Amino acid sequence: MILIISSQGADINSLVDPRFGRSQFFIKVDTDTNHCEVITNSGVNQRGGAGIGAAQIAVDNKAEVVISGNFGPNASSALKAAGITMMTFGQETSTVQDAIDHYKQGKLNSFG
Amino acid sequence: MENAKVLCITVASGKGGTGKTTVATSLALSLASQENVLFLDCDVEAPYGHLFLKPQVEVEKKAVILIPHIDMEKCILCGKCVEVCQFHALAEIGKSIMVFPQLCHGCGSCAWHCSSKAIKEIHNPIGILEAGLTQEGIRFAHGVLTISEPLTTPIIRQLKKWQNAETVSVIIRDAPPGASCSVVETLRGADFALLITEPTPFGLHDLKQVIGILQDMKIPGGVIVNRDGIGDSQVDQFLLQNHIPIMMRIPYSTKIASAISSGNTLLDVSSSYGLEFQALFQRIKKCVMEKEAC
Repeated sequence: MILIISSQGADINSLVDPRFGRSQFFIKVDTDTNHCEVITNSGVNQRGGAGIGAAQIAVDNKAEVVISGNFGPNASSALKAAGITMMTFGQETSTVQDAIDHYKQGKLNSFG
Repeated sequence: MENAKVLCITVASGKGGTGKTTVATSLALSLASQENVLFLDCDVEAPYGHLFLKPQVEVEKKAVILIPHIDMEKCILCGKCVEVCQFHALAEIGKSIMVFPQLCHGCGSCAWHCSSKAIKEIHNPIGILEAGLTQEGIRFAHGVLTISEPLTTPIIRQLKKWQNAETVSVIIRDAPPGASCSVVETLRGADFALLITEPTPFGLHDLKQVIGILQDMKIPGGVIVNRDGIGDSQVDQFLLQNHIPIMMRIPYSTKIASAISSGNTLLDVSSSYGLEFQALFQRIKKCVMEKEAC
């Protein structure tokens, strides 16, 4: 299963970013192999359409689940069309590692 | 479109609520007996000039931008359109290209780059343009942006081009507040900018931004201080130091506020305003003809 988590930093111990489109980084995790990859979000300073740009990144990276604080209307319609599951992390989640653990324990809420 | 003799004045301010529409409509009415006036309300997000000029709307037209329509039969999913779109209005999702009309600026890059000719540009309505005559013979036109549509400049651009200005001698454009693209579009092509401010720190702060735009665009301008008597003397000092003229002062008065809130103009408050605005117009004309900064 490929997860993409919005992150404020470039490693797994960074804080999760509550924003999806404007997130600094995305951490891509393959839950079968535990392989991680850092994706820099080129759309972070984009004037508009950052959510769609981020959704495109998720699609291009073949994500099955994306985890963030919230999803805007454009991002969510694109992710929904792509069949990607959106999940939001709760207040107890602070780092990307926490988000992965919570996901594996089935503690995250699905969005939309 | 615009003939050589036409004089185009844009009324702008920076800060909102300083009296742009009050001045623009009062100026138009003051000139109506001597000039052929075309009044363009370019504040397309909140066009209220018609409340004061009371035109009889005779014609209307849809304001549109061109957005891509993808023919999926021809599309080879090369992703070029997604790549070239600077506004992320397109996304390649699965086996289709999704279009997000509200993010599209209508630039046409996607269609231009499509090698399989799968993109047709179609009209996407974003608002309407309306025009008519007022009782005084002023030609009036305004743009009304549909609520939730984010793009103001295309509708302002279409409004500016819409009315035939051949028989017109003066165009008065009422600008939106602020100092962003929509104000720049309303200023573009104007011979003179009449800037309305109030003598407060907020009024001055935003006035400076619009003066910066005028300097970049090389458009001469002058200032009207409205609600004169409130605030402080910083606006006066700034304009004095920068050699920008104060062309008129309108006092802070309950009488004016009550007239405006009943749909009247400054001319209804005092007939002397008619003469004052005519004199102001002559001064603007002289300044434009002599190509001097006022």
